Amino acid sequence: MATIHVDGIAYRVDGDDNLLAACLSLGLDLPYFCWHPALGSVGACRQCAVKQYRDADDDRGSLVMACMTPAADGTRLSIDDAEARAFRRGVIEWLMLNHPHDCPVCEEGGHCHLQDMTVMTGHARRRYRFTKRTHRNQDLGPFLGHEMNRCITCYRCVRFYRDHAGGEDLGAFGAGDNIYFGRHRDGPLESPFAGNLSEVCPTGVFTDRPPGDHYTRKWDLQFAPSICHQCAVGCNISPGERYGELRRVENRYHGEINRFFLCDRGRYGYGYVNRDDRPRLPEWRESPGAAAVTLEVDAALDRAGDRLRSARRVIGIGSPRASLESNHRLRELVGGEHFSLGVTAAEQACLATMERLQREGGLATPSLREVEAHDAVLVLGEAPLASAARLGLALRQAVLGRREALAAERGIPAWNAEAVKTLAQDRRHPLFIAYPAATGLDGLAEASWRLAPDDIARLGAAVAQALDPAAPEVASLDPALAAAARRIAAALLAAERPLVVSGDALGSTAVLEAAGNVARALARRARPGGLSLIRAEANSTGVAMLGGRPLEWALGEIEAGRADALVVLENDLHARLPGERLERALEALATLVVLDHQRTAVWSRAGLGLPAASFAEGDGTLVSLEGRAQRFFQVFEPGVLRPESRIRESWRWLHALQGTVQRRRVGETRLDDETRHCARQHPALSAIVEAADHADHRVQGLRQAREPHRYSGRTALRAHLAVSEPRPPQDPDSPFAFSMEGYAGAGRPQQENAFAWAPGWNSPQAWNKFTDEVGGHLRAGDPGRRLLGPVPGDYAYARAVPEGFVRRDAEWQLVVLPRLFGGEETSRRAPMIAARAAAPTLQLGGDEAARLGLAEGDRLTLLTPAGRLTLPLSCSAGLAPGLVGVPAGLVPGLATGQWGRLEPAGERRRP
Amino acid sequence: MSPIPRYHSRLRQTPAERRAESHPLTWRLREDGRRVTLDDYLAGDGYAAVREVLGEGTPETVIATMKAANVRGRGGAGFSAGTKWSLTLTGDDLPRGYLVCNADEMEPGTFKDRVLMEQLPHLLIEGMILGGFANRSRQGYIFLRGEYREAARALARALEEARDADWLGPDIAGSGFDFDIALHTGAGRYICGEETALISSLEGHRANPRAKPPFPGQSGAWGKPTVVNNVETLCNVPGVMRHGADWYQALSGSLSEDGGTKLYGVSGRVARPGLWELPMGTPAGELLERAGGLSDGRRLKAWLPGGASTGFLLPEHLSLALDFDTIGDAGSRLGTGLLTVVPDDQPMVPLLRNLEAFFARESCGWCTPCRDGLPWTVRLLAALERGEGEPGDVTLLEDLARDLGPGRTFCAHAPGAAMPLASALAHFRDEFTAGIAPSRTPRAVGEEG
Amino acid sequence: MPETPTPPPRAPIASDGGGFALDTADRQAMRRERDHYEQPQAACIEALKIVQRRHGWVPDGAIPAIAEALGIGVAEVEGVATFYSLIFRRPVGRHVILVCDSSSCFLCGVEALRAALEARLAIGLGETTVDGRFTLLPVCCLGACDGAPALMIDDDTYGPVSPDDLASLLEAYP
Repeated sequence: MATIHVDGIAYRVDGDDNLLAACLSLGLDLPYFCWHPALGSVGACRQCAVKQYRDADDDRGSLVMACMTPAADGTRLSIDDAEARAFRRGVIEWLMLNHPHDCPVCEEGGHCHLQDMTVMTGHARRRYRFTKRTHRNQDLGPFLGHEMNRCITCYRCVRFYRDHAGGEDLGAFGAGDNIYFGRHRDGPLESPFAGNLSEVCPTGVFTDRPPGDHYTRKWDLQFAPSICHQCAVGCNISPGERYGELRRVENRYHGEINRFFLCDRGRYGYGYVNRDDRPRLPEWRESPGAAAVTLEVDAALDRAGDRLRSARRVIGIGSPRASLESNHRLRELVGGEHFSLGVTAAEQACLATMERLQREGGLATPSLREVEAHDAVLVLGEAPLASAARLGLALRQAVLGRREALAAERGIPAWNAEAVKTLAQDRRHPLFIAYPAATGLDGLAEASWRLAPDDIARLGAAVAQALDPAAPEVASLDPALAAAARRIAAALLAAERPLVVSGDALGSTAVLEAAGNVARALARRARPGGLSLIRAEANSTGVAMLGGRPLEWALGEIEAGRADALVVLENDLHARLPGERLERALEALATLVVLDHQRTAVWSRAGLGLPAASFAEGDGTLVSLEGRAQRFFQVFEPGVLRPESRIRESWRWLHALQGTVQRRRVGETRLDDETRHCARQHPALSAIVEAADHADHRVQGLRQAREPHRYSGRTALRAHLAVSEPRPPQDPDSPFAFSMEGYAGAGRPQQENAFAWAPGWNSPQAWNKFTDEVGGHLRAGDPGRRLLGPVPGDYAYARAVPEGFVRRDAEWQLVVLPRLFGGEETSRRAPMIAARAAAPTLQLGGDEAARLGLAEGDRLTLLTPAGRLTLPLSCSAGLAPGLVGVPAGLVPGLATGQWGRLEPAGERRRP
Repeated sequence: MSPIPRYHSRLRQTPAERRAESHPLTWRLREDGRRVTLDDYLAGDGYAAVREVLGEGTPETVIATMKAANVRGRGGAGFSAGTKWSLTLTGDDLPRGYLVCNADEMEPGTFKDRVLMEQLPHLLIEGMILGGFANRSRQGYIFLRGEYREAARALARALEEARDADWLGPDIAGSGFDFDIALHTGAGRYICGEETALISSLEGHRANPRAKPPFPGQSGAWGKPTVVNNVETLCNVPGVMRHGADWYQALSGSLSEDGGTKLYGVSGRVARPGLWELPMGTPAGELLERAGGLSDGRRLKAWLPGGASTGFLLPEHLSLALDFDTIGDAGSRLGTGLLTVVPDDQPMVPLLRNLEAFFARESCGWCTPCRDGLPWTVRLLAALERGEGEPGDVTLLEDLARDLGPGRTFCAHAPGAAMPLASALAHFRDEFTAGIAPSRTPRAVGEEG
Repeated sequence: MPETPTPPPRAPIASDGGGFALDTADRQAMRRERDHYEQPQAACIEALKIVQRRHGWVPDGAIPAIAEALGIGVAEVEGVATFYSLIFRRPVGRHVILVCDSSSCFLCGVEALRAALEARLAIGLGETTVDGRFTLLPVCCLGACDGAPALMIDDDTYGPVSPDDLASLLEAYP
């Protein structure tokens, strides 16, 4: 700690900070552009000038840039000094020379850091009378618009994109006052984190590229605190709604998870919420194939109640993408012994293994912030950038953490970003990756191995054995792998905080057990490391903790005639199970009830479809891969703009349905009731009650506002429906109001904040007002409750180690490769994600293709017992020999470990 | 038809005027201006300093001698070379760093390093070997501006000669010291002359300067301790090592506290523009006399003491000694020590427009004041030049000159641009106000946003 | 008379850079350059010059080719290529004339010289003659101030140059 004197007042600050970060952490207002809490200081924009004094007797002082000046003990500075203020005003004036006066039509207007800073410095009158410089813009793909004329050349975009996120296709071009930030040529930005540029850019150069006629100002959006549903990381988001549609997903700061950045699947994968073809009314189908008729709520419940009551046995299929409350209520409806989690047996086995390892593996699961503090990483059988992208970004920071360590040895402060980078060059903490294909992190890795799943498990087991001789031996291990294992083990042991990352991307419990053995061995060697286990979907972790049977069991019961009714909760069964077997089972049913917010194939087969709320229209609790229970809250009430809509949360439908089936009069249920009910029934989940504020939480007697206080056009919103404005919807489930009336801001710290706003701070930079220090934790504490952690005990190593992979002559082992864009069930249905997804290919190793006489782009058919698939060949993933890579999300039933034959399809391309 | 005016770099002093004891930089230069070969150089006491120092000296003794001699950097900043070397991180547990010769001579009005490199490359190589030894470096780079094709040929040939004769490479002169030099040619951009921008460029990046601290001596090229010295500075080292600090100090006699000689030059509207090696502290007037005074009967209006990034001085300043402190005390900077002479028939506004346009064009674009402030300055000056100035423009220029000054910008580029502007505004304000159109009334200014 | 410079062999490249293929010898030269430095990025400027020596300029297609040859990012290469004034990202004439426009040359009449050049070649700064013979560019101080006003044509520096010298001077560059 250090004492600094700002305008005559003494403050205690972190002496390792720079003055800008220290002042902002104190809550003082000081404008800046090129600095960013996650990117450090570079001193380029000169906006944060303050007056610094040598000592108490110095009354002249000199201007320094706060971001480049250490907050050393005894520092005296003035923010308010007239010369400093004049200079800061002058900097804005310079930035405005070429900045267009297009705020009224700029997509950034209203959440623009440049606007905020301009107001803060007081610059308003323009003295520049000459021509402004103009640029041509680029097409950067479906996510981001590009308007270079607005650029103020702060260099944040390239620093985030290249230094932080590792992208190579965005650069600073030109020199002098003719600098251009863009790509070498038009085309989609390649980084999976490109969307963050819309928040990193302090003005409107990079903005979300919504459909042109759908643009809405931030102050006209209705927000709620939400959790990203597009993978298992559990990033906190602020979705914004207008006219009954989601218009934007903004990062919502969480000090332990996403902090400032999201991945592009999370940011742009919301489009399925807005699909026109969404079910919005209950649909009844008299017989399979008959046209659906819509029903009112009571009629739908009555018919469903009759059918389910008369059924011999009802099975419920839950969902890893639905909330705990919804899954729990379905489980209550059908009974635990008739409940399936909605995942395949193979996936469920992996989920169970991961849950057990998080308790018994010996190492705690780090939050993403904690991930960044690890100094050696082993990734076994996962491609984090594809399956849990935000975790991949955190792993990158962990590996680059060596920079700060080296800088500290030379007395270079960690915030001096360019100096830290220069000193370290390509020296990094060790990262080892074993995966069947290339991964997006390979370029950072000290070594990576392309191996079949069983060989990955053997390598992991050998690492554990090298760490601890008590771990099981790996029989007849290839000498090269044995050497690799010793090398990895040595690096993990040399580290202060080693991290093991694995997951169910390959559907292999052997890989997971190997990762668990490594973790256990490290724990026995008393290394305070971490174990991070990746699940595929937003609530995979939670639904596994609820307990139930796999999908194949449900099919088997129906096929055997032991069940004649099925209730499917938010689950696109056709994406998980082989089509033919599934269809046969569905045909055998007397009753099929489907709750979903998407018109899936199984919805179209249902006798009764009940329109469920997506995350935007409902509330619930998810458990992230970290084991953190987090609540998402309803963003908007769909009935306001679509009065005919009968969308309800699945738990609400199921609660009502349960009452109807049991012929009980049931009152309204509320989210808090459902959460409590779930927690009571499942001791492991008891802490979910504390995961967020309850509906009765008030701030100074007020609910919290979902709408910024400049929200406009409230009466006009529904003018085409009725001239009178109805009472705003009431919210029994959350402490938030569907209104601009209520508490908003940072003055009274809250855990759950609908949107980032503080007086004078309209851009996402306002989050600095919500944190205990810039880049730190929310002042009210980061939301969510951890449910999983190491349980003390003496746990044995997994003894079984698979045999080594033996390639076959005429057959290839399948590997289903997760894809960030197009590989996930709901975001795949979002138009922007569909536009960004790469064309699917079959992947072979380069040597394999040559051996088969095939060239890149040749069409190829994969034949397996589970189905066939014809796609162009690609060798870009550099697959291990004997394997064929299949993109996730294309053919249900294809699973890693199956074998298939390959046949050329159609004419070959001549190279 | 007139003869083709090929440009040849040359010294105005004849061999007879240059002696070993008083002209350590140039006494070996040939009358015909051709390159001094290794054999010639060896015959002229060449590499004797290397032989001596590598045989008997240590890095510490070299640095001590450099400090005692008070060799001040000839690139323009005048920082003590010995002190710079003493601040370089060296140690057995630290990686070996680099010695980089700044041969990116691009300061307008400066043409001194060119002659040394084209005609006497071995002196620079010898200086670099000594610098490398003092800084425990194994590898040197000569960062040469791309347009100096003749210098590139001369240096490449000399490096080859030196390598063949074992003055470069492993175990130089049997001393156990390994050192080699690579020639790196640039691709334009004045900013590469700034030492940290030069390092960025050497690493193959855009030549953006870097923040100090850390200084290059702590973390320079590729994060290794790096020393960057100007060509002329390094060419001083062999003499200092051969003859000692006292000898070096005595070279400037009573003229200056700064020791040694300096390659002075004069260009602009003078009768005999050229280069001279003279004792440090030679009065400006004496130099102007050597250049034959102004050409065609013009009178002196103002002069820049050492390149475009120094402040204008007036005829009354001609008596000043051309050394770092004296010129600094007069409100300007010695800079490179090559005078640019402005005649009385030269209006200042177009000249300033030319100077500022140069700085604006050569801004790397990293920091706001430099990137955006300089082009505004140019446009204001151009408006004044056309007689289209508006009331308030001159005050605005004064504000800009202040806000482009030291401490407010990322590196010294914009302060370099501000210095001639501020001094011209101070000395010749009337010429600027004359550019304001008499009929102009203040325009309504626009609102932002 | 200066020696007549031999025009470098030039492969046909579309003005949008289409059809660019990195010459094998050039690729090897780039890899050799890379060995002079700690990091491959350092060879980037020289690699651009290698392409420019062969083609006269750096076509769009060369940017990813250099990135691939050196194993560095494509945007980094383009960032460097567009930063340095002696790297030409557009086609230039057979001969490039660099006119020094710095202070000493300015004081000694470079503006008149430039005007004469522009009139004679019928192009402005940054432009190429219609016959593809000359490109005219400004350059900062050539370090030939005692020969002001000065200019460079290809590898040759001239100064002091008067407008009357231009006819015979340009004749040497067919």
